[in-house]
Amino acid sequence: MTTFIAPALSYSLLAPILIVLGGAVLGVIAEAFLSRAIRPTVQLSIALGTLVLALAQVWRIRHASSLTAAMSSVTVDGPAILLQGSVLIIAILGVFLIADQDHFTTLAAALPGSPEERDAQRAGEKLTEVYPLTLFAVAGMLLFPIATDLITLFVALEVLSLPLYLMAGLSRRRRLLSQEAALKYFLLGAFSSAFFLFGSAFLYGYSGSLSLAGIHTAVEASSGNQVFLLIGLAFLSVGLLFKVSAVPFHAWTPDVYQGAPTPVTAFMAAATKIAAFGAMLRIFYTAFANAYWEWRPLLTIIAVITMLFGAVVAIAQRDIKRMLAYSSIAHAGFLITGVLALNKSGLDATIFYLFAYGIATIGAFAIVTLVRDSSGEVTDMNRWAGLGKRSPFIATVFATLLLAFAGIPLTSGFIGKFSIFSAAYESGNKAVVVVGVLSSAIAAYFYIRVIVLMFFTDPLDDGTSVVIPSILTRATVIISFAVTIFLGVFPTPLLNFISSTAIFIR
Amino acid sequence: MNSANYLYVAALLFTIGSIGVVVRRNAIVVFMCIELMLNAANLAFVTFARINGNLDGQVMAFFTMVVAACEVVVGLAIIVTIYRSRRSASVDDASLLKR
Repeated sequence: MTTFIAPALSYSLLAPILIVLGGAVLGVIAEAFLSRAIRPTVQLSIALGTLVLALAQVWRIRHASSLTAAMSSVTVDGPAILLQGSVLIIAILGVFLIADQDHFTTLAAALPGSPEERDAQRAGEKLTEVYPLTLFAVAGMLLFPIATDLITLFVALEVLSLPLYLMAGLSRRRRLLSQEAALKYFLLGAFSSAFFLFGSAFLYGYSGSLSLAGIHTAVEASSGNQVFLLIGLAFLSVGLLFKVSAVPFHAWTPDVYQGAPTPVTAFMAAATKIAAFGAMLRIFYTAFANAYWEWRPLLTIIAVITMLFGAVVAIAQRDIKRMLAYSSIAHAGFLITGVLALNKSGLDATIFYLFAYGIATIGAFAIVTLVRDSSGEVTDMNRWAGLGKRSPFIATVFATLLLAFAGIPLTSGFIGKFSIFSAAYESGNKAVVVVGVLSSAIAAYFYIRVIVLMFFTDPLDDGTSVVIPSILTRATVIISFAVTIFLGVFPTPLLNFISSTAIFIR
Repeated sequence: MNSANYLYVAALLFTIGSIGVVVRRNAIVVFMCIELMLNAANLAFVTFARINGNLDGQVMAFFTMVVAACEVVVGLAIIVTIYRSRRSASVDDASLLKR
């Protein structure tokens, strides 16, 4: 008879996740017991309060490093802190956008165009479930990059995905489109997590252990059946590559980005990438570092086709949200280049790029929420013509963010691309760098085309206008603009902070 | 009984599931195929737990069941909403986003 030993948890290191989960549960309770009138305010304050509290806690534990925070199933180290901080900052900006309830349906369960929906709209009801859902997704995103065993990884993957599937279907306008996006996202997401799970099973069979450290030991000793390792590695990578929307697992990205309510798209595009690449970095840098001959060639091919495909197909897009979706696919390719470098500078560069890209993305989608006509957002690119003459400030900010995506100097995007490509060059991966620079050049074409459209074309007279943003949306736009410029001009403090902090411990 | 046979069954179930996801058109059936894939992974986990002689794989199988249950809740909610608004659960009809 063995006695039960209670697990030892270091609560201060787990506090960011626990705070966010606590806030989410509080939100569910508030949803059940508070009256409709005060719910939006209360839910918004709960969401922002918990996120800020969690961010403060991440800052407090920024020098911590521990392998045993939760019985070796999570590791708290430099990269973990940086990624969690980035996710929380993005989440706060995302909640600022979600607070603009005009984008969400009043009653998600009602049929589109039904009397119930009209009644709810007339009564001015607000959809507040979205806040707890966001918090649950954030909790999953905080756990995913720090998880070091396959159980925690899988659970975190699902905790971050399930709320996002629902949130994709909550749009107020074009609800059929939005529900369709939710269905596609759900079916393909569940499909890819089945691959992830099957891969985990074979890695467990290969190493006899569920922990990344155990897999690392088995890889180092090259004990066990190599076929199991290969199957496991391939299937696990499919699950991860789906989440970061790398070609050929990208098919959901444009549809979901277009169909989901724009604030949700903003949050999802920025934060999911950080969480998924965080987990990818940890898995490939710690568990599979010694098996790089197995995964590097294939991942190189995927990086190359992802960069080229994203950049080339984005040229043909007429819808601004779809264009940003294909641009995010191209960026996934650049980020995989950073993962491929498999050295310290690759790690630093990827973390910097993730943060810079996330901030710019959320700002760009924030501006998409502002360009509207009488029936809602205008996402047709042709109708953005002449925006620079109507509202010079918004157009200038959008142009700056696009230039950051393109990697033009004096923006954060340039520093990010430069450090990622130099890390890849350092690791001897010259071919990928050439393709990367080439596809950056292709991508610059369609970013600049939008800028030309905004500033050097006459406005159409079709009721398209930039609405006056709410204070929170304005804050998001201004913060992302300021951070993008600041990181472009003075990147050194953040780069130094990252390179002194970002060290994986095993 | 050779444990490897269970792995072959798991691989077979996984293949049937993934072919079903690609071939079938009804969202519910697609979803059932995904559940089949998850259970194939479970079978593989339990078999490996037996081969490796530790319990980790069996623990993982329990976690998978819980997660699969949550997925059913979310998935059916989405599929039912779609069905109610367009009276069809076919994934081919949901093609507004194509162009």
